[in-house]
Amino acid sequence: MDFLNALVALANFVIVPGLAYGAQLAIGALGVTLIYGILRFSNFAHGDTMAFGTMATILATWGMQSYGISFGPLPTALLALPFGIAATALMLLGTDRVVYRFYRAQKAKPVILVIVSMGVMFIMNGVVRFIIGVRDIRFADGERFIISARDFKEMTGLREGLAIKTTQAITVVVAFVVVAALFYFLNRTRTGKSMRAFSDNEDLALLSGINPEHVVRVTWLIVAALATVAGVLYGLDKSFKAFTYFQLLLPIFASAVVGGLGNPLGAIGGGFVIAFSEVTITYAWKKVAVYLLPEQLEPTGLVQLLSTDYKFAVSFAILVVVLLFKPTGLFKGQSL
Amino acid sequence: MIVVENMVKTFGGFHAVDGASLEISEGSITGLIGPNGAGKTTLFNVIAGVLKPTSGRVLMNGEDITGLAPHALFHKGLLRTFQVAHEFASMSCRENLMMVASGQSGEALWNTWFGRKRSADEERALKAKADEVLAFLTIDHLADHKAGEVSGGQKKLLELGRTMMVDARIVFLDEVGAGVNRTLLNTIGDAIIRLNKERGYTFVVIEHDMDFIGRLCDPVICMAEGKVLAQGTLAEIKANEQVIEAYLGTGLKNKAQVGAQ
Repeated sequence: MDFLNALVALANFVIVPGLAYGAQLAIGALGVTLIYGILRFSNFAHGDTMAFGTMATILATWGMQSYGISFGPLPTALLALPFGIAATALMLLGTDRVVYRFYRAQKAKPVILVIVSMGVMFIMNGVVRFIIGVRDIRFADGERFIISARDFKEMTGLREGLAIKTTQAITVVVAFVVVAALFYFLNRTRTGKSMRAFSDNEDLALLSGINPEHVVRVTWLIVAALATVAGVLYGLDKSFKAFTYFQLLLPIFASAVVGGLGNPLGAIGGGFVIAFSEVTITYAWKKVAVYLLPEQLEPTGLVQLLSTDYKFAVSFAILVVVLLFKPTGLFKGQSL
Repeated sequence: MIVVENMVKTFGGFHAVDGASLEISEGSITGLIGPNGAGKTTLFNVIAGVLKPTSGRVLMNGEDITGLAPHALFHKGLLRTFQVAHEFASMSCRENLMMVASGQSGEALWNTWFGRKRSADEERALKAKADEVLAFLTIDHLADHKAGEVSGGQKKLLELGRTMMVDARIVFLDEVGAGVNRTLLNTIGDAIIRLNKERGYTFVVIEHDMDFIGRLCDPVICMAEGKVLAQGTLAEIKANEQVIEAYLGTGLKNKAQVGAQ
């Protein structure tokens, strides 16, 4: 019984949140990795692109709510998602037109594009804060739990409860659908293949008649969708705050690098590696230990390796270690 | 078919192509020879749109195509291959060929999701064509191998195969024979002649192997130091004083004449 309680506590505080967070990071990292593979630079504005997409979705959600539209037990934001994606797509295509295309025509080095993307990041960050404000916004509505801790305890008679939030379940399901669609697109469709070809060998792709501007446009469209989905899922699960999204850039990049930049499968793997490292290292293990260890050995402290305040240090440390010992990432990056 | 007028391409102060003018007639297999650093590949790159010329013009059937992007030239039927074979390493040989033929309905984003049937039909036709090309080049057993893993010579064949996926009009081959053994070189030569005869491709071939040039090419153009030295049959070129000097230097020229005597 004690073992079961320990297991449930573990599932409740580590596995379920880790899965949801991992899925969010994975979708975010997919966007970063696609841009790296095809446009060949690290897009520092990705966190703020996610913030922009989420902001647009929140505005659409509020609009729908004011007309009394709801999605039953599911959050209204899911209905508003297409609008958010459309707005983000327009914004990204606009940015590409105004900013990145100029540097592409100059054949600017990736380093220059990275700095350019930092400029875009600051502007985007400012725009988002200007439009929606800096405060914490909760926009999840509908049913809050699929199983609440109390229901679970009553059902099973265990002392520990397992709560699964609706948003966590949605996150995992949506992430699965998005990833499946993306891989189908990249491996099975002509446009997806020409994107892979472009990522593989740009010169040859051009000489095979692949229009680079078309590939770039499609890439931004996909990135808009991925960034918005990732941002909205994160916001639903936790809350939306412009500054938090800016900070998300670190774990997202860590995920993409750990998995191997430019490799979509790696981005997904990396997302989960980072998420679970963060959660396990900042989790207070006392709860689990109490059930598993004999009374005499029961820990007096929290058995927490690192305070949650330092959670970003975890991704940073992993990032540094991976770059030192396996710079191409665990799954070998560089091409789609 | 292709006319190059006073082409100049400089890199910094270095004149890689220095006022070259030449004409390539329709249906010919023109050989482009010259010592290393003569500007042959740079000239190819300028014609194929990879580099922008410093000055000069390229005309294709009277139309000015100077400085057009490579993919735009591709759609006009102007193709090229690389000195060092390029390939989409992570894709199979068949997929490599299938990437070439563009203008497919599957290329519009919308159609990838909503025009599935038409795209699928086109894809099937394309696959059949790719298999045909692989068989023509005698590398059909490699169809499902990753292109990054086949041998250098086979990659060269794949390069040639790429030009067969569309109705090319003029193909620029940059050292198809480099690093390729004799047997394979003959296969490549046969393929070029067949494509020229059966499908009316015009070829421009950069090559250092004179036997290969002699078998395939008429006329032959010789370049040195960014300029066109001479044009004519291989025999004429071989007899040309300037050409011998460019190739062998003044010191060796006399020896070559001794050999000829």
